[in-house]
Amino acid sequence: MKTVRIIPRLDIKGPNLVKGIHLEGLRVLGKPSDFAKFYYEQGADELMFMDVVASLYERNSLHDIISETAKKIFIPITVGGGLRTISDIKEVLRAGADKVCLNTAAIKNPNLIKEASRMFGSSTIVVAIEAIKEGEGKYLAYTDNGREYTGVDVFEWAQKVDELGAGEIVITSVDKEGTGQGFDLDLVSKVSSLVSCPIIAHGGAGKKAHVIEVLKKAQADAVMISSLFHYDFIKENESKGSTLEGNVEFLKQKRNFHTFESCSINNLKNTLMDNNIECRL
Amino acid sequence: MNADYNMENDKKVTIIDYQLGNLFSVNQACETVGMNAKISSLKEDILNADALILPGVGAFIEAMNNLKALDLVDAIKDKVKTGTPIFGICLGQQLFFTESEEFGAGNGLDLISGVIKRFPEELNGKKIKVPQIAWNKIHSDKQSWKETALKDLQDGEFMYFIHSYYVKPANGSCILTNTNYDGIEFCSAISENNLFATQYHPEKSGEKGLSIYKNWAKNYNLIS
Repeated sequence: MKTVRIIPRLDIKGPNLVKGIHLEGLRVLGKPSDFAKFYYEQGADELMFMDVVASLYERNSLHDIISETAKKIFIPITVGGGLRTISDIKEVLRAGADKVCLNTAAIKNPNLIKEASRMFGSSTIVVAIEAIKEGEGKYLAYTDNGREYTGVDVFEWAQKVDELGAGEIVITSVDKEGTGQGFDLDLVSKVSSLVSCPIIAHGGAGKKAHVIEVLKKAQADAVMISSLFHYDFIKENESKGSTLEGNVEFLKQKRNFHTFESCSINNLKNTLMDNNIECRL
Repeated sequence: MNADYNMENDKKVTIIDYQLGNLFSVNQACETVGMNAKISSLKEDILNADALILPGVGAFIEAMNNLKALDLVDAIKDKVKTGTPIFGICLGQQLFFTESEEFGAGNGLDLISGVIKRFPEELNGKKIKVPQIAWNKIHSDKQSWKETALKDLQDGEFMYFIHSYYVKPANGSCILTNTNYDGIEFCSAISENNLFATQYHPEKSGEKGLSIYKNWAKNYNLIS
């Protein structure tokens, strides 16, 4: 049997959960621990914490959030953002992360993937690839949340990452990220066919049908979702009368909201099962 | 992390730290079910323990090298021989066995006879994604779960797996659960005398996973 994983992604800036569009224009939505607990109870298969500014300012502020979360949440936690060295990785694992996600440092020094997977086991090392479409069938890898040009071809890089021993690859379509317009199926499908490790599709989920599509047509092994679930969290909590700290108005502005048909994790999984996609319920 | 054992419970559980991987969540699971656990790399903490946990994230060779460098191999083997309960998790289960194919052959702790195998890259012409990183179902083998740490679980329960290698015991009688990954059937847990081990991560498998910690501890009176 093969089951797919549904992974809520929590972008973190300092102490806050944030969300942007095309990985940019970040807005504060609330406390990461509130979202994490909600997703755990809803049946999330894993959680991804991404420190979205760490890479830029050369720092890592996630340790406290991870330790706090790992005390109460008994599902795997992957942490990324600003990890550069073996000792950075060791520290994050010691703080309670189960896996680490590398991007910028791995492109600058591909040997880090090899060294880290040898030391911590392949399955601990996740590599994120931020892809921007540069023409028909051509994608380039970027770093620092889609800001920094590297000139590296996504497909060549994905194969190299796989060979160097990464346990899985998060493939992000920067063009689709935060838009709710659906995944880039060509991108995900091609990367999945080129590598032997599992692929996590990220960027573009706007409704349940998009998730079904990427799992059925593009051979993704897992999907990573932010907005779709964040909107659901906010709706749920508002209906209970809870006050949220973040900039919720941003999410409710119609120009963003109408592209998303928010759903809970449980609801999504039930729909996947109805479509013959196996997952843990 | 615990600086020392929790003194309210006099049964000491040592989580063996061989300087690799996530011990935080294992320790957290132990604390949550009320075990008096401590993370340690010291030989005396192994020798003085009422029970041992050998967790596992990382590479087999690296793990064995570290256990040797810390001079813990004989201490673990001696304790197991005298009947001390030991719970292996993921790589920890693999270390119980004789040898591994991972990154070249290396000798394990040899507590149980058998080998560690890698998932094939393809099966009948179909590509197999390796590692398996997924929630997958556990099914009972010949052994009943009733007396074991799995007693609160249903056949077919989902547990979290993350591994490229699996154990192949020389004698099938130790097999407690089997799991099928994309057509490949493998042993996902073993139980034999004072040895208990899972390929999956109970500390990462939600409340059901925590019940494994609780029932293992209860079986050996490590918690009341």
